[in-house]
Amino acid sequence: MRNRLAIIAGGLVAAVVISAPAFAQKQGGTLRVSHRDNPPSASIHEEATISVNMPFMAVFNNLVFFDPKEKINSPDKIVPELAESWAWNDDKTKLTFKLRSGVKWHDGKPFSSKDVKCTWDALRGDEKQEIIRKNPRKVWYKNLKEVTTNGDNEVTFTLERQQPSFLSMLAAGYSPVYPCHVDSRAMRSKPIGTGPFKVAEFKRNEAIKLVKNPDYWKKGRPYLDAIEFKIVPNRSTRVLGFVAGEYDLTFDSDITFPLLKDVKDQKKDAICEARPTNVHSNLLVNRDAPPFDNPKLREALVYSLDRTPFSDILTQGNDLRGATMLPPPAGVWGMTQGELEKLPGFGPDIEKNREVARGLMKELGYGPDKPLKIKVSTRNIAIYRDPAVILIDQLKQIYIDAELEPIDTTIWYNKIQQKNYQVGMNLTGAGLDDPDGVFYENFYSTSDRNYTGYKNPEIDKMIDEQSAMTDVSKRKAMVTKIEQALLKDAARPPITHGVANTCWAPAVKNLVLQHNSIYNGWRLEDVWLDK
Amino acid sequence: MGAYLTRRVLLMVLTLFGMSVLIFVMLRLVPGNIADILVDSAGIADPKEKAKIARELGLDRPIFDQYLQWVGGLVRGDLGFAYVSERPAIEEIAPRIPISAKLAGLALFFSVILGVPLGVISAVRQNSGIDYLLRIISLSGLSLPSFWLGLLILMASVQWFGMIPIYTNEPRSFIDEMLLLSIPAAAVGFRSSALIMRLTRSSMLEVLRQDYIRTARSKGASQTTVNYEHALRNALLPVVTIIGIEAAFLVGGLIVTETVFNIPGVARFLVEAILWRDYPIVQNLVMLIAFCVVVVNFLVDMAYMALDPRIKYAD
Repeated sequence: MRNRLAIIAGGLVAAVVISAPAFAQKQGGTLRVSHRDNPPSASIHEEATISVNMPFMAVFNNLVFFDPKEKINSPDKIVPELAESWAWNDDKTKLTFKLRSGVKWHDGKPFSSKDVKCTWDALRGDEKQEIIRKNPRKVWYKNLKEVTTNGDNEVTFTLERQQPSFLSMLAAGYSPVYPCHVDSRAMRSKPIGTGPFKVAEFKRNEAIKLVKNPDYWKKGRPYLDAIEFKIVPNRSTRVLGFVAGEYDLTFDSDITFPLLKDVKDQKKDAICEARPTNVHSNLLVNRDAPPFDNPKLREALVYSLDRTPFSDILTQGNDLRGATMLPPPAGVWGMTQGELEKLPGFGPDIEKNREVARGLMKELGYGPDKPLKIKVSTRNIAIYRDPAVILIDQLKQIYIDAELEPIDTTIWYNKIQQKNYQVGMNLTGAGLDDPDGVFYENFYSTSDRNYTGYKNPEIDKMIDEQSAMTDVSKRKAMVTKIEQALLKDAARPPITHGVANTCWAPAVKNLVLQHNSIYNGWRLEDVWLDK
Repeated sequence: MGAYLTRRVLLMVLTLFGMSVLIFVMLRLVPGNIADILVDSAGIADPKEKAKIARELGLDRPIFDQYLQWVGGLVRGDLGFAYVSERPAIEEIAPRIPISAKLAGLALFFSVILGVPLGVISAVRQNSGIDYLLRIISLSGLSLPSFWLGLLILMASVQWFGMIPIYTNEPRSFIDEMLLLSIPAAAVGFRSSALIMRLTRSSMLEVLRQDYIRTARSKGASQTTVNYEHALRNALLPVVTIIGIEAAFLVGGLIVTETVFNIPGVARFLVEAILWRDYPIVQNLVMLIAFCVVVVNFLVDMAYMALDPRIKYAD
């Protein structure tokens, strides 16, 4: 464990050294990046994948933004973007932004407060706004009562109650401002933004080409003339392409630890940085149908897990152990290892944990001669299937005889939503390292992304309570309490948090990777090429 | 002959109609549709969002109506709208066809240009050192999966030449494109050339034992004349059949080769479209492939007549 923390901490230090301010930035050049797959669309608000954020974030601006020079996104590191300044009212329910004037959309139309209003009206669920078709993060704005404009350069967000994380949500990569005058179809295929780069071409299965926005409001930026994302679905080809110098930058977190050695051996000057992927593996337990409608059986599952083999087998021991929130040092809200060990099933003595699990199983009438037969369902993709196989092996230790049920990826959420499963192996990504983002999305009873349909009024109440807390240490204590309650209730028991590498050629300068969210920090306006 | 041709054309139309029904029904039997996938890709569990998208794309309409709309459009040359890119399907498919056609043509060219002469050499030099060598090469061609061979080629290029022969930018000229496509074409054509070589060899061996070959030799015909004018022409009938079949099978080989060499052709695009349940793309591409197979079969039958004057298609 110490080893893993050392790698992350070392990565942070190395990253700070690497990203130290460079002098004499050069203008021009095309940054060539490999992309792992075809993005479902170009509309960041409609999607929930890094495949969209990484290429298209540079097209947009937010009102505010996590400081791109900082490695860790935290509420005290938020800088203005389309907003020049912001202010809360006394009871912290009204947030007013003064907007930058003279900003233009890529099609030449002026940006104004109306664009801000229509973007967040659409995100609140106003179907009259035609700028989005899908709305995966609607729950982020459940506390947003209304958005009002005061002239072209001022906009006020009125909240139902105070919510300190609201500004963090506006600062995330998932919160760009959209133009009111462009419909959702255009935003999905050739989006218009105010950002440092314009979309020149989005050719499915081939490439995404962004070119410099000459009218960008931030003078002197961007440095690059263009960015080309080449869509290369085969990972071996992507890695070989990077080694051969065909690409300057790999896709985010594309280099696994087993691949890292190959890359470093073949391209000795490659700069590679390890950081958490913001994706953690977890179990889905169907609590609405036998046998897991029995809380004791769910508890036995929680006590059965040995997280070390998952990490050792899948990522050479580099994954992080944590609960739902990303653990420190990269995570702002996660528990320390000491706190973690107090959680059920996280104790260091695995045999003791499993003894508890076996005791619970025996109470329910199961044993070595009468194992419980179940199916472990998972998406039929290696990154889901591999941990599921390890899980099946571990479940044998507590008299559960499980069989793998690989599910076609297109019907995975359908199956989960219809509760047509017993135990599922799942991966969950967090768009923002913030309890509001994570808890509301995945555990709040009315969330569209709570696909297990988890409903617990107590948890809902606690989530709302922590969301309104302004005292950070008290809020952190409440977050820990929620984590404990979720684990006790076997609500998506977490297994490990992924860690992977992103590599780039030494000519790429000023690239700062953010360590608690792969979904933020891809504006790329400060990146330059020393070629 | 005229009546035969008319019958064949009608049969081709009937086959394509059957194919259209089959692909249309089969696609809809596969679990999940584009609405499921679009909603799923955003990790949403809201059935209302799904229904909204299904309605927008016309997936809630009766299946017979959907079929009629597609076939009607096909007859008029309107391939419909791709679900994922939301652009006319023809704009998505058309630019990719020439790329795959060139790759497939080049692969077929390699397989014939290598397979037939080497098969002849192997047969006329039966049990010699060169025969054993060619048989080993052909066996390895049949055993090596083309994706693996492709990866080996890429690794070797990076290791020895510090470059990677993949399709990153649009080639500047036809020659550039042919050079770029020649490596993946060789990777995908290697298996076919091995098959053609083995078949040519066995067919030639059989023909070389015929009485008329002995007669030709006894009449003083040179070895070259015997081999290429008397034997090869008669040995080619099964080879032409297999070339026709291989041309159809090439699509399968292209899928992996286009993926490994990152070529933006139709084969890779088809797989992607199947995964997304992008019905307009899949239906039209499968119909295009079916059309090509039907035409190639027809051409192979016509080639029989040219190769063997004894073959006549009765009216």
